[in-house]
Amino acid sequence: MAEPLITAETRAVIGVESDPVSHEVTRMGIRMFARAVGHTDRVYYDVDAARAAGYRDLPCPPGYLGTPVFDPELTDTTTSRRKAAPTMRTSRPLARRLAGGSTIEYLTDICAGDELVQRTAIASIEERDASLGQMLIVTTQSTFTNQDGTVVAVVQGTGIQY
Amino acid sequence: MADVKVGDKRDQVVIERVTRTHIVKYAGTSGDYNPLHHDDEFAQKAGYPSVFAHGMLSMGLTGRMLTDWFGAVALRKYGVRFTKQVFPGEQLTAHGEVTAIAEENGEKRAVVHVWTTNSAGETVVDGEAVAAV
Repeated sequence: MAEPLITAETRAVIGVESDPVSHEVTRMGIRMFARAVGHTDRVYYDVDAARAAGYRDLPCPPGYLGTPVFDPELTDTTTSRRKAAPTMRTSRPLARRLAGGSTIEYLTDICAGDELVQRTAIASIEERDASLGQMLIVTTQSTFTNQDGTVVAVVQGTGIQY
Repeated sequence: MADVKVGDKRDQVVIERVTRTHIVKYAGTSGDYNPLHHDDEFAQKAGYPSVFAHGMLSMGLTGRMLTDWFGAVALRKYGVRFTKQVFPGEQLTAHGEVTAIAEENGEKRAVVHVWTTNSAGETVVDGEAVAAV
């Protein structure tokens, strides 16, 4: 049995909230996302169609929660990794990561023009021995708050590191 | 949507053939530039036969089945596990089945088992959605 990946230092990052990340919900972002996943409903593209259907503006398609506002001081221009993200130290470095799943809870509608702030913390870290060998299952929880201070969505993400 | 009931089903082809172009479009829109998704050499060094789609792309494609069914802002919750990688060339079909109808926050909601299968019939995304109906 290999040495456990999780150390006391690994667990120290649980619950530590990241710096807030701003997301802009824009018409262009919604149209690009809708196009990328194949939506054909006009409400994602045409403001008049969206308003006629009763929305404030173009609504967010499932899975889209705005585009993170890029800041070259905070984010690596090539990899898009946040430079100041808390580092999770394990007993040996883990080179690979995969997305394991995502759950989005929508608390109210999100439309073009909204400005969201995402705050993320690691909720749990588990170790497993499975098809990929020794690996970590890392669950994060993010809250998205809009310009009125209302929490509009809560996202649980599961990542696999090995 | 008042007539939605337990057992109602929907199957929808959400993409006829995943191409590298679809994957790159998703990388651009999401800002997820993990090279596993667009650099074949990198993906092969990591032990995969080729690049593969972002899990969130499969989730977004599957979401289209839900909004076509329930409307653009009906979703209250949408969660999936990515159970298998999706490679270029595959066709994806999203499936939904209403498993419960519940009253919550003063509105009627449908709980839907959601899953998506590839050309070989293997499940690539599996989860649950809750939609106002």
